[in-house]
Amino acid sequence: MSTSSVSKGCFVFKPSSKKRRISSSTADYFSEGKNDSEDSGLRFATCQLLWKQINSETEKIQEELNKQLFDNLISFLRQSYSEFQTKKTEWMCRMKSSEIPTAALVLGVNVTDHDVTFKSLSEVLQDNVTPYVVSLQAKECPGIKHLLQKLMGQLMDCCVDVDSFEEEECVNISQKKIRCSMASLSKWYESVTKKTGSETPSKKITSSSRHWQSPPIVVIFKDMESFTTKVLQDFIVISSQHIHEFPLVLIFGIATSPMIIHRLLPHSVSSLLCIELFQSLSCKEHLATVIDKLLLTTQFPFKLSEKVLQVLINIFLYHDFSVQNFIKGFQLSVVEHFYSQPLSVLCCQLLEAKKRVNSLSHNQCENIRSLPSFRRYVESQVSEKQIALLTEDSFLKEVTQTLLEDLHIYHENYFTVLRCLHVFTTSLPKYPLGKQIRELHCACLGKSVWETEEYGSTVQLLRMLAKDELVAILQKCVEIFISSSGKQFSNTVEKLEEFLARFQNLEIAETNEVQDVSVLSQKELQKKTDLYHLQKTLLELKESKRSKKLTKFEMLRFEVVDFIDSLVRSYLAPAEMQTLNEVVYFNTANTLREHLNAAPRIALHTALNNPYCYLKNQTLKSDVGCISNTAPDICIVYKLHLECGRLINLVDWLEAFSTVVTAVEGTDPDSVATDQVDEIIHARFIRAVSELELLGFIKPSKQKTDHVARLTWGGC
Amino acid sequence: MPLVPARAAATRLGACCEPWGRGGTWGRGSRQLQPPPPIPRAAGGRAGLPLAESPCIAPGCKAAVAGGRVHVVLYCPERGVHSCGLRGALRGEQCLAACLVNACWHCRLSAMSQLELKRNQVLEARFVADEDVLKHISDNGGVKVRKDRAQLALNVKRFVKKLENISDDDDEAQEIMEEQNYVAVLGACAEDSLRNGPSAGGGKIYSFQTPKRSGKMAELASELAQTPGRNVTFDSSEYPEKPACTPQSSKKYSASNKPQLKSKKNEFVSTTPYRLRKRLTAPSLRSDSESDYSASCSEEEEEDKDHKETCDVILGQKTPSKTRAAPPSKKTPAKKLKEEMTSNLVEEYFEAHSSSKVLTSDRTLQKLQKRKLDQQTLLVLLNKAPPAFTAELKELNQQHESLFSKWMLQLHLGFSIVLYGLGSKRDLLEKFRTSLLRDSVHLVVNGFFPSITVRSILNSITEEVLDHVGTFRSPMDQLDLIMKRFKEDSSLELYLLIHNLDSKMLRGDKSQQILAQLASLPNIHLIASIDHINAPLMWDQAKQSLYNWLWYETTTFSPYLEETSYENSLLVQQSGSLALSSLTHVLHSLTPNARGIFRLLAQYHLENKDNPSYPGLSFQDFYQRCREAFLVNSDLTLRAQLTEFRDHKLIRTKRGTDGVEYLLIPVDNGTLTDFLEKEDEDM
Repeated sequence: MSTSSVSKGCFVFKPSSKKRRISSSTADYFSEGKNDSEDSGLRFATCQLLWKQINSETEKIQEELNKQLFDNLISFLRQSYSEFQTKKTEWMCRMKSSEIPTAALVLGVNVTDHDVTFKSLSEVLQDNVTPYVVSLQAKECPGIKHLLQKLMGQLMDCCVDVDSFEEEECVNISQKKIRCSMASLSKWYESVTKKTGSETPSKKITSSSRHWQSPPIVVIFKDMESFTTKVLQDFIVISSQHIHEFPLVLIFGIATSPMIIHRLLPHSVSSLLCIELFQSLSCKEHLATVIDKLLLTTQFPFKLSEKVLQVLINIFLYHDFSVQNFIKGFQLSVVEHFYSQPLSVLCCQLLEAKKRVNSLSHNQCENIRSLPSFRRYVESQVSEKQIALLTEDSFLKEVTQTLLEDLHIYHENYFTVLRCLHVFTTSLPKYPLGKQIRELHCACLGKSVWETEEYGSTVQLLRMLAKDELVAILQKCVEIFISSSGKQFSNTVEKLEEFLARFQNLEIAETNEVQDVSVLSQKELQKKTDLYHLQKTLLELKESKRSKKLTKFEMLRFEVVDFIDSLVRSYLAPAEMQTLNEVVYFNTANTLREHLNAAPRIALHTALNNPYCYLKNQTLKSDVGCISNTAPDICIVYKLHLECGRLINLVDWLEAFSTVVTAVEGTDPDSVATDQVDEIIHARFIRAVSELELLGFIKPSKQKTDHVARLTWGGC
Repeated sequence: MPLVPARAAATRLGACCEPWGRGGTWGRGSRQLQPPPPIPRAAGGRAGLPLAESPCIAPGCKAAVAGGRVHVVLYCPERGVHSCGLRGALRGEQCLAACLVNACWHCRLSAMSQLELKRNQVLEARFVADEDVLKHISDNGGVKVRKDRAQLALNVKRFVKKLENISDDDDEAQEIMEEQNYVAVLGACAEDSLRNGPSAGGGKIYSFQTPKRSGKMAELASELAQTPGRNVTFDSSEYPEKPACTPQSSKKYSASNKPQLKSKKNEFVSTTPYRLRKRLTAPSLRSDSESDYSASCSEEEEEDKDHKETCDVILGQKTPSKTRAAPPSKKTPAKKLKEEMTSNLVEEYFEAHSSSKVLTSDRTLQKLQKRKLDQQTLLVLLNKAPPAFTAELKELNQQHESLFSKWMLQLHLGFSIVLYGLGSKRDLLEKFRTSLLRDSVHLVVNGFFPSITVRSILNSITEEVLDHVGTFRSPMDQLDLIMKRFKEDSSLELYLLIHNLDSKMLRGDKSQQILAQLASLPNIHLIASIDHINAPLMWDQAKQSLYNWLWYETTTFSPYLEETSYENSLLVQQSGSLALSSLTHVLHSLTPNARGIFRLLAQYHLENKDNPSYPGLSFQDFYQRCREAFLVNSDLTLRAQLTEFRDHKLIRTKRGTDGVEYLLIPVDNGTLTDFLEKEDEDM
């Protein structure tokens, strides 16, 4: 069946149910169309498993981060409705002023993350506070009528949810077209609460353990800014009239600033609200946690290389502040890695990987041999071992196992030392190596960090740290090392503790020393002398001070810094230098950037200006910035139109086009000029111009006959 | 076309973001802006007037940068409140500049206005009155003005810088990665990608237009023609491929090599042999081709003409010296060079639009004695044209086809795929469909189809995929049902192929919202193609995350045959074959009497085709005629028939000045004649 028609734009294709394959699974596509489909099934399974783990981890992180906020919100709800439950009279008196308790939830600009937050919020509320949670979005509520409709609809559903044994009745209610008004809402609420009140005691206990009595109706406005002012105002005014009939709480989701409430609502309306402000965690902290838990850990075998991480972070910082998108990029890199790297089958937990090494096929062994990092490793070995590595699969597998173990140990050490170094760098002024640990991580991943200029200045600054700071930092480092799982840090911890002890001793020694010196000098000076002697003693004193310039503290400080430096040099080697790093590191940043942060206009521009980029034909090869006259029609037409101003005369354009085209075809331009323009050329021109119109470069204009208007500037 | 510029989309476009909607919609929260009040004539213009003394700067403009949006609210003491909400990228400074330009001429917040950002994220802008704007726009050649311009450039730069700063609103100084860094990773990385070739900075792609000499195109053409085989190095400085396109140069829009280019061009103009141009303007044309370059100063209000142009007209009237000086040839190269040095984005913008006069030749296609081709002949002719670069095109296509299974994989993992790049992607998608989707339920949507709507897409899903009977009150209800059904039944799977997601009918905010929501369903897999250069502006953050796009560049270079065949193309004569076929189809389903009624009306219509003031056939007359022909027996039956016609848009009724109802056929005469002829044949 063809999909072009003059009367229809949509075509549905439904294969007969018999023919329908039993859903060719995702795994099939994973292995299809690849040359080296080694272990693709296993790879896909590993990929899915890993992604599942990562996903659940991110969800856990999200939950933890939101916990504080949600707790605050719940206590707010509790507080605002404690009156309603206990002393109705007081409530009534407060509600005389018809104030609706409102929580303004400032969530930040990362709009895309809000959905997740709201979803978990309503879940939490439904679990702990009230079954009646309604979330509204601006696009669903263009008018007050729609808003109420949505509100009622969602509430009815809630109702079904809670007392499922009365389902039928409730369904009946919702199926009937109730007139959506606040009055019917309050009636509904009354009936619902009465029902729960008249329930059997046992039922009551279970329900009250979860929900409060007379649970409030919580209405969440997900994107407060995009609601129409009128709708919001109407809703607030109307519901404030009914607030004494049922408890209502509003939650505003705000992306910008709390000021927006006052900008959207006039004073008369906002005075009906009793607003309390809640601030969610900033997206940057969220990202920091995500990176900390996903990337700076040995929990997940998969790692991102420096460039990939940089791309993802840049998209986050420069485009959307969206943690969800960051995770999406992370997901894409996981998929890409497992899809493109056949050896990624070894990208799993160490024990499992060791097992898998044994069952590697010969092809996979060859794959290992062709890894650049493995070649480097082979070259560094003695010649007999080299031969064995390159010829014997079994030996290779053995070595691979140890190498994988080394890689694992490298990571364990790396993250511990990285955190330790981060403690040092964050205390420095101007943060030469970055304030966030991710920056430090990027710096260390890419190249040997100790060779960089920034590291040099860091060390210099470290040598000027005061004692208190240094001691505090050292203590933190000790904690980090102790909590790390690496075994070989016991020595380091000992050493650090020794440093700490020496600092303590130093304190005592120093005071003594200072006293000594002062006493000595006092004595010297108190002696009766002549001017000459006085001068001499003073000079001597000065001399001694200069020679003793390095106090014990300073010496110790040097020692500490040197020690840290040695740690950095031995453990923070760049990942690229590690053998077999290709197995776990995803490093094609380009693919990621192309798919997530594409530049469609640049692609179009390149295709139009330099078709040789795509069509590798020698006749198209041209110098920079100009175009061969054999180029596709649209390129020529585009190039010609760049020479025009705001309006383009079609006749001139056609003339110019035919001049170029006929010249290519070898006819003499003079003879052509006398003739009418060839029909075919005319047709080609028409096609090219309509294509430019489709692409949005020109549009028809009525300003002058046979003219089109240009829609882009420049090119001139 | 109301595209909503979104932050990410705008930044993706990078430098190439020009102010979009002319008086258009800037997303929610924007109000339609009134055209600025006309500038009082006495207020300024010529250099003689002491502009500096006019008390024009009134404080009180505030703009709050909050979230991803820039809200610029202007309070002008004299004229009340102009408010406009701008949504644009905070970080992509070019976009900012574009916003600024928009803000400029909407609200008269000139580029000179200095936006100062404070810690509390409130930026203050000075209000600059008309006079000052005028002073800056009108080029009266004084030294003072030029100095101001330099300052202006400086201000803009500072503004851009400051905004850059607030984008990292907290104190994490380190977060502000240097521009260089950013471009190195995101932008200039294109260099090492094998595809993107010369990753020209955005500024070089679509910078502002400068006034043009009209003969340029012909010159270039002749240049190209003169040197077949060899390549022309006509404007080599135009798109430097060397890494000179550092962030700095792309940042400043007017790259530093611009002046040289300009002077070079000027030289070229002066040295081009006149005969080239002469030879081009063929003898078949009038030989006075040079003289028939006239300015079309059309005062007629076009529907797309906005207040900017009217403003320009005012400017043009006020400073005639400017318009006269518009063609660059009038200026000495040295002066030009100097001017270009200080030029910047804003200035160029105003310069490009300072004159409403357009210098183009007056030649028309009629003089060329070129008959308009219809779609059929066009196709025939195009088939005759030899296909070029078949081998290379095939290779390109093969590259893309090798990605098919990867697309399937990613579709299954919850991503949507969008294809971009020059050339029709229809064949590619069709191939994808036939090779991989044969055994699964899928829906193909031709976005380029002129009367496609979201509704029809939703209808085909509910009616044909879900076998749902019944109607819906609104698309939202329909969407709800679809979402519910797909969520309930996880075995239900649908592939959605949309050719040209950015077509005129689908690019609206609401349509995109609905499609995005469809795409966000885990068992609806969307693969779409876009072609329009500004297509990414359709999506804001929220929609993008719903779509969950993965971008694939698929440049195919294949002609957009199907896509453009529907368009009322510029040069294609409308054959009306579409209208004709619908006419015959509808009428064939009617009774002979009804056909006779329509025939009667059509004949009368054709009889009066030369009468320009033909109002249509009045109902009473028509009734009489129908009675005479024994077609109807009461005016009720006639009315019933007419309703039928009206429903199919075959006739239109119009009430005349005297209150009489007139009937018209809204089909062009040629089609109607064809129809009658065909009817005669049938009978």
